[in-house]
Amino acid sequence: MLLTATLFAPLVGALLVALVPAARQETARLVALAASLATLALAVVLAARFRTGDPGFQLGMTAEWVPAFGVSYRVGVDGVSLPLVLLTAVLTPLAIAGSWRMADRPRTYLGLLLVLETAMMGVFVSLDLFLFYVFWEAVLVPAYFLIGSFGGERRVYAAVKFFVYTLLGGLIMLVGIIALFWLHQEATGTPTFDYQALVDFEKAPSTQRWLFAAFFAAFAIKTPVWPFHTWLPDAYTEAPTTTTVLLAGVMSKLGVYGFLRFALPLFPDGARWAQPVLLILAVVGILYCALVATMQRDFKTLVAYSSVSHLGFIVLGIFAFNLQGLQGGVFYMVAHGLVIGGLFFVTGMLEERRGTRRIDEFGGLQQAVPRMAAVMLVITLGSVALPGLVGFVGEFLTLLGAFLENRVYAVLATVGVILGAVYLLWAYQRMWHGPLEREENRAIPDLNGREWAILAPLVAAIIVLGLFPRPVLERVEPSAQRVVEQTQAPSP
Amino acid sequence: MHPLAQANTQPLPLPQVDWRAIAPELALLVAGVVLLLVVAFWPRTGRTVLAGLTLAGLAVAAALTAWNWDLERVAFEGAVSLDGITRYARAALLAVGVLTTLMVAQGDAREGEPDDSPPEVYPLLLLALLGMVLLAAASDLLVVFIALEILSLSLYILAGETRRVAAQEAAMKYFLLGAFSSAFLLYGIALCYGATGTTNLLGIARASGDPTGDGTLLLAGVGLLAVGFLFKVSAVPFHMWTPDVYQGTPTPVAAFMAAATKVAGFAVFLRVFSGALGGLVVSWRPAVAAVAVVTMLLGAALAVVQTDLKRMLAYSSISHAGYLLIGVAAAATVPAAVSASMFYLLVYAFMVMGAFMVVQYVSRLGPPDDDAVRERSSLDDYRGLARRHPWAAGLLAVFMLALTGIPPLSGFWAKYYVFLSAIEAGLTWLVVVAVISSVISAFFYLRVLVVAYLQEPVGEAEAEAAPGRAPALGLALGLAGALTVLIGLAPEALISAARSAERILG
Repeated sequence: MLLTATLFAPLVGALLVALVPAARQETARLVALAASLATLALAVVLAARFRTGDPGFQLGMTAEWVPAFGVSYRVGVDGVSLPLVLLTAVLTPLAIAGSWRMADRPRTYLGLLLVLETAMMGVFVSLDLFLFYVFWEAVLVPAYFLIGSFGGERRVYAAVKFFVYTLLGGLIMLVGIIALFWLHQEATGTPTFDYQALVDFEKAPSTQRWLFAAFFAAFAIKTPVWPFHTWLPDAYTEAPTTTTVLLAGVMSKLGVYGFLRFALPLFPDGARWAQPVLLILAVVGILYCALVATMQRDFKTLVAYSSVSHLGFIVLGIFAFNLQGLQGGVFYMVAHGLVIGGLFFVTGMLEERRGTRRIDEFGGLQQAVPRMAAVMLVITLGSVALPGLVGFVGEFLTLLGAFLENRVYAVLATVGVILGAVYLLWAYQRMWHGPLEREENRAIPDLNGREWAILAPLVAAIIVLGLFPRPVLERVEPSAQRVVEQTQAPSP
Repeated sequence: MHPLAQANTQPLPLPQVDWRAIAPELALLVAGVVLLLVVAFWPRTGRTVLAGLTLAGLAVAAALTAWNWDLERVAFEGAVSLDGITRYARAALLAVGVLTTLMVAQGDAREGEPDDSPPEVYPLLLLALLGMVLLAAASDLLVVFIALEILSLSLYILAGETRRVAAQEAAMKYFLLGAFSSAFLLYGIALCYGATGTTNLLGIARASGDPTGDGTLLLAGVGLLAVGFLFKVSAVPFHMWTPDVYQGTPTPVAAFMAAATKVAGFAVFLRVFSGALGGLVVSWRPAVAAVAVVTMLLGAALAVVQTDLKRMLAYSSISHAGYLLIGVAAAATVPAAVSASMFYLLVYAFMVMGAFMVVQYVSRLGPPDDDAVRERSSLDDYRGLARRHPWAAGLLAVFMLALTGIPPLSGFWAKYYVFLSAIEAGLTWLVVVAVISSVISAFFYLRVLVVAYLQEPVGEAEAEAAPGRAPALGLALGLAGALTVLIGLAPEALISAARSAERILG
């Protein structure tokens, strides 16, 4: 019940926002913020009730939905999904606070953000493949309107590309889901989309391969895994900044979560068969996108490419098929969400002040806005994976996992770490250090109270989780261990 | 003895009249005739009264359908059969009838303008519905033909209902091509009769399993029957009339044609092909599957380049006919495909009618000096709709997303159910093609939303007339929108009802 309440609280909030009269924008903002904070509170209660050390699903709920098709409403959290639910619940109120100044139809915008929150959280907690698919596709609609309706100049192009590309992957996965359902029904006689039942039932290795390929299509596009990433720079760059925070912070985790929760346990043989390909794609993505990021002139696009590059580490960790890699992958998801959210927030704040995101328009900002520069430094270093900050733990564990599995990939990926330091620190240097040459940069104001309220929790989390990763890791571990066992299990 | 000669020697059986079995049809007939008389003798009767009478007739027919709900039998010596397809199609068609009546009652006219649609629309609508429900129940090829002619003749006149040149042209085109396809169908019936000695579907089913029968003749007949049906459901390559007719005829009629003709056409298609000709499935399935592929892909691809919403909806309806043909192809071996197709038809009817209702709503917004020749269905007329008419735009979004098949809207379950049954029938490759077509179709459904939501209104927007009061259309829009969302959230009841359609009685 608690989980269901957490899941649908944002949706209820969105309906309430829609009921506020159009003229009363301030009320609409407050309602939206209240709804997202209520969701956060519920998520915190959820985390407090979570029993550490239990690998299974907890705090769940099951109800009939469409018995004719064997579809049920079945939700629950384990150590893998709980951190992601919390991440979603944390980033959404921040994104709403970040959109406070938005003058263009704030009611619609905030309502869509809340709908997006429910849809994304639904993906993380669904334990019925059909329900999962419904939430998976439901993410598209608010995201499409957020990008296409409120974004930059090429927003329509970016939104349609994003929608059609992701829909294609999703539909291929749907064919896979139906086929899986059908195989299970033939083998056991029970029509069900229950996650556990479908994991437990034995599938022939050859079947697993093409089913894995069908799921791969959806997850690789959503993550995105190189070379399926081409929609992402457009979508991230054109989306309004607070939407990009949610897209990069949470939505990009849907794909890797899908690999971890569905593709691996459902099709262990298929996953092992595809492992070399995935590892190669992950490493190529890490290196290629890091190089492309180095070349960017627009800071937002740079961060977008850095996001693809970093997601490569998560894929690498997951497909190492060992505890270190999987645990690191989950931790990195959280870390990446916090760091990338921070990077995009600061980008948005700069754009609000100066109306541009071009790196060469800035320079020497440290002298004008020292506090902002300090915050940005922590976030950048978190992204570069400085030891003691959150990014390091994730990157270290995923690389360790990859190293244990195959050294070549780990070594190549480490080059990506270096490249990551190069483009982020170089960009930092060009924007924040050096002489303050442009007059218009001199006059920009430093962080105000609202912006502190947004960035302070992120910075605190980046530091605290970097120093004390244990609370997260110990909750992830049993569930990650279970996935490892499922993946390693000898095929029948 | 040759079957033909044998048939000639038998006395014509006098059917036992089973009034209860055709009670809903009779109600529609009586209502249609009454309205015809009202229109003939009291031509000044207000349209509210006419619409009220039509709705009353539909209500009586609906009540009789409910009364007959559990009836399962073959009546009139096998000419009419009452089974799941019949009652599901009756319910769907009557619902479409109610929505169409509401749309017609609103009319295309703007506030304060005289309505030029003639009052004969109402009786014709009822007679067309009569033909459709009869078609869905027909289990004899001659009844199929008669029902098809009743509905076609009514539709030919309805299509040219207003004095607009485009409507006249559409009606003429529809009439010529329709007459042509009727001839094909009739020839097919004749060949089937020649091969099997009967026009009764049960008899044909028996004869088609008989190895001594004339296989070639029967197959030729089956092919010609297929041409006739494919024309009615506007499948490629018999789709040419659809875009012109949908664009030219008045919007309520186009909506009626898109929704109701499909329901009736596919009901009879399923009954004849997967029921009576189920034994020949190996022969006709490749052809139907091939038609399904080109219909889905060509419909979707051509819809992408349209600039007029009604034309786009026409191509989209062609593409949806392709998905339904997957159901037909699967239905001969997998009973679930019958219920999947019937569910799809019901859901599709509400989605597509809703989309046409929005077209009608926007048409009423034309500048006051605009003469009624041009309907406002060009995509440019929808620019910035979301800012000017958020409710209409919101409903448009619901219908477009449902047509795309985005969960949890109704269209998603419909597509899902058909795909599921096709995979069960071993037609996975067709499902993959359908998925590709769905992705192509996302382009043009989204384009409507791009125009309505993401583009600024053009300059003349200020010159628009106030929408005026549109209670009937508003009610219809509300119903279609609510059904599309509610079926999406709770599809269980309708799916269970569709499940009972799986058993085809001859």
